[in-house]
Amino acid sequence: MPGALRESRHSGEVQHSENASIQSIAASGGNGRYAGRSELLLRLRQGPVLFGPGVSRYILPMQHAEIPFFPPAKSRTHEVCGAGAYVFAFALAARLASHTIWVRENWDNTQINPTGFADFVEPSVLTVCNTGKHTETLAVAEEALRSGAVSLVVMSLNQPLGLTEGRRLQLAARDGRSTGLAIIPEGMGSNAAETRWRCIPVFDPKDSTLQKWELIKNKSGTLGVWHVRWETASRRITMVSPARE
Amino acid sequence: MFDGRQRRVVSLWFPRLASDRVLRLHPVEGPFVLTLKQQNANRIYCLNAAAAQQGLHQAMPYADARAFCPSLQSRMAQPEQDRRFLHTLRRWATRYCPWVGLEGEDGLVMDVTGSAHLFGGEEAMLADMRMSLMRAGLSAQIGLADTRGAAWALAHYSEGIAPGGDTLPALKSLPVAALRIDDRMSITLRRLGLHTIGDLAQAARAPLTRRFGPGLLLRLDQALGTQPEEISPYADPPHYAVRMTLPEPIGLLSDVMAGAERLLVQLCAKLKTQEVGARNLCITLRRVDQGCQRVELRLARPLRDPQRILELFERGLSEVDAEFGIDQLRLEATWVETLPAQQISHVSGGGKDKLDDLISRLGTRIGLENIQRFLPADSHIPERSFIVAPAAYSDPASGWVSAQPRPICLFPPEPIAGADAHPPTRFRWRRMALTCARTTGPERIAPEWWLEDENWRSGLRDYWRVETREGRRLWLFYTPQNPGWFVQGEFA
Repeated sequence: MPGALRESRHSGEVQHSENASIQSIAASGGNGRYAGRSELLLRLRQGPVLFGPGVSRYILPMQHAEIPFFPPAKSRTHEVCGAGAYVFAFALAARLASHTIWVRENWDNTQINPTGFADFVEPSVLTVCNTGKHTETLAVAEEALRSGAVSLVVMSLNQPLGLTEGRRLQLAARDGRSTGLAIIPEGMGSNAAETRWRCIPVFDPKDSTLQKWELIKNKSGTLGVWHVRWETASRRITMVSPARE
Repeated sequence: MFDGRQRRVVSLWFPRLASDRVLRLHPVEGPFVLTLKQQNANRIYCLNAAAAQQGLHQAMPYADARAFCPSLQSRMAQPEQDRRFLHTLRRWATRYCPWVGLEGEDGLVMDVTGSAHLFGGEEAMLADMRMSLMRAGLSAQIGLADTRGAAWALAHYSEGIAPGGDTLPALKSLPVAALRIDDRMSITLRRLGLHTIGDLAQAARAPLTRRFGPGLLLRLDQALGTQPEEISPYADPPHYAVRMTLPEPIGLLSDVMAGAERLLVQLCAKLKTQEVGARNLCITLRRVDQGCQRVELRLARPLRDPQRILELFERGLSEVDAEFGIDQLRLEATWVETLPAQQISHVSGGGKDKLDDLISRLGTRIGLENIQRFLPADSHIPERSFIVAPAAYSDPASGWVSAQPRPICLFPPEPIAGADAHPPTRFRWRRMALTCARTTGPERIAPEWWLEDENWRSGLRDYWRVETREGRRLWLFYTPQNPGWFVQGEFA
C-alpha cells in the first residue's frame, strides 16, 4: 500500500500513459544529455520511467506481490467470466509459458488479435482450433487436455456447461497434467470447475491496464478480490492497492 | 551387340491413342473426333477410323470437320490423361521384356533381345501383342528390327519384321521420312530426287552433310546400325501401398488394429528406404460382401514411425462398421513428402512431436485446415496485420512489432452515435451506456488502395483509444470522408 501511495505521489502531475512517459524521459534526458529517438523507444519498451533510481528501490518489492491462487491449480479446469476474461487467459498463458491451444467456435466473430496480445505471449506459441459447434469445442478441448502436449487449453464457450462435461474436462486435465480454462458467459459455469474468476476492467486515471479480479468460486480455498495490472516489461501481473485515490 | 547376338528392337506405334482411350470408356458408333484448342482454333486432335474414312484429318479446324460430316461426334481432348495412359501401356509392355522406353507421345520402344523365344519366336510374340492390344480396343502398328531407327521406320511405314543381320534391304523401299527427320528436310530430299532410304544410302555422304548438317546421316546410320542408339527404360515410380488378404474375416477392433500395424511396419520400411514420410494415408477395408470402407488420415507433418501413425489411426478405425467381417486390408500413402534421416540427440525436444501428433488427432475430428496459427504480415490495416494459416502447413514465425498499442480482440465494426470528429463523451454500445474518461488519438490509417476491400470503402479512418469511466477500454474509429463512429476492438 505505501508503494502505491508513493507511486501516485511521485507521478504527480505526470500522466501515467505512454505519451506522458515520453515527456518524462525527454525531460530527464534534457539535463545535459541528448536522448535519441531509438533510445527513447528502447527505454519505453523497458517500462515506464517515472521515478528516480533512489525511489524505485523502495517501491519494487511491493509491486512484485503475488496474487493468491494465481496461477490457478495445475491439472484442473478453471472458469473465467467478465469483460476482462481474455486478459486473464493471456496472463495465464504468459505465466505458464508454454504452448497454448485456443478453442473457439467458427461463427464467433470476435477474434483475438496477435498484434495486441503479443505483449502478453508470443503469438507463435498459440494454436487456434475453429470448431463447428459446442460439443465439438468440448471434444477438442478434452483431447488437447488429455494429450499433455500443451500446458494450457483455453476454450471459449457460449452455452452453459453441464456437470458431466465439466467433470470430463477435469479428468482429462488430470490425465494430461495440463491446465484448462473455460471462458464462459456470466452465470453459466459448471459446478465441476475448480475455481471461477470474474475479471472486469477498471478505469484508473493513472493506469491503462487496471483490472479487478474476483475469485467467486474456489473449491480449495477462500474467495477474494484483487486489483491487478499488467506489466508489459516484465510480462507479469502485479497486484496493486484498490485504494488509490 | 549383345553376347555375340544381334540386338532386336520392337517399336510400337499407337496412331489413334487418344481417341482409342476415350472410346474404350465411352464407345460410340460412327465418326468420332477429339478436339483441342490449338493456334487459336478448335482443331481435331485425334480421330477414329470412321472419321478418317470421311476425309477428315488431324489438325483440321473442327468447324470444317462438322461441315464435311454433320453426324460427327466429338469430345474435348485431355493430353495429360493420354500421357498417363501411355505410361500404363509402358507398364503393360514390361510383360514382354524388362527394357521398355517411351517413343514420343504415342509410341513405345522395347529391347526384346533374348526374350522373344519365351513367346515362341518373334512372329508369335508380335501376334500376341496384336491380339492383346486388339482386345483392349487399341489400334497399333508394330515394327521389329535390329535397331531402334529401323523398328520405328517399319512401325510407321511398313509393318513387319526386318530379318537380323543386314537392315538395309528391309528399309530400301521406304520413303526418307521414315528416318525420323522433319518434314522440311524430307521435302528437300525429295526435290533433290532422293525419294527412298535406298537412294539416300547410295548417295555421296560429304555433300549431304554439307547441305543438311550431321543430323540426317546420323539418323541413317542409327537406322542401319552403324551408330549406336540407346533405349532408356523408365523406372517404375515407388509405389507406397501394401495389402493383406485374410483367410477368415475379422471384426474386432483389436484384430483390425493388429492388421493395420503389420501393414504399417511394411509401408514404413518402404518409406524409410526412399527417405520420405507419409503425409496422407488411406486404409481401405474390404468386407466379405464386397463393400469397402475407407479411413483417411491426414498428418500434421510427414511421418514414418509405425507406432505413432497407428495411434492416430485408432479413432478412424473405431468408427468402421465391420458387418459380416473384413477380409482384406489395403494401406496406401496417398501423399508423401521428403523426410531425410535426422541425427537423434538428447537435446531435441519431444514436445514438438507430441504437439504435431495432437494437431493430427484433432485434425481427424475438425479438419486439419481448422487448426490455425498466426503469422505476422506487413500491413497497417488492423485486420491484415496478421495472417491466419493452417498450423499443419506453415511454420511458426516471429517478428511481431507494433508501433502503437493494439487491442487484444477485434470484431467487425459496430456503429455508435457520434457527432463530430472528436470521440463522443457519452455513447451507447452493446446496450451499455458508457462515458468517455480518457482518449488517446487520433491515429490515421488509410485504406490500401491496391487491395480491394469491401470494409474499407468508407475511406480513411481515425482510430482513437477510448477509456471509459465504466472500465471498458475500446478502440473507436471515425471515418472523416463518410462521417460515422464505430467500435472495432477492445484493449486489455
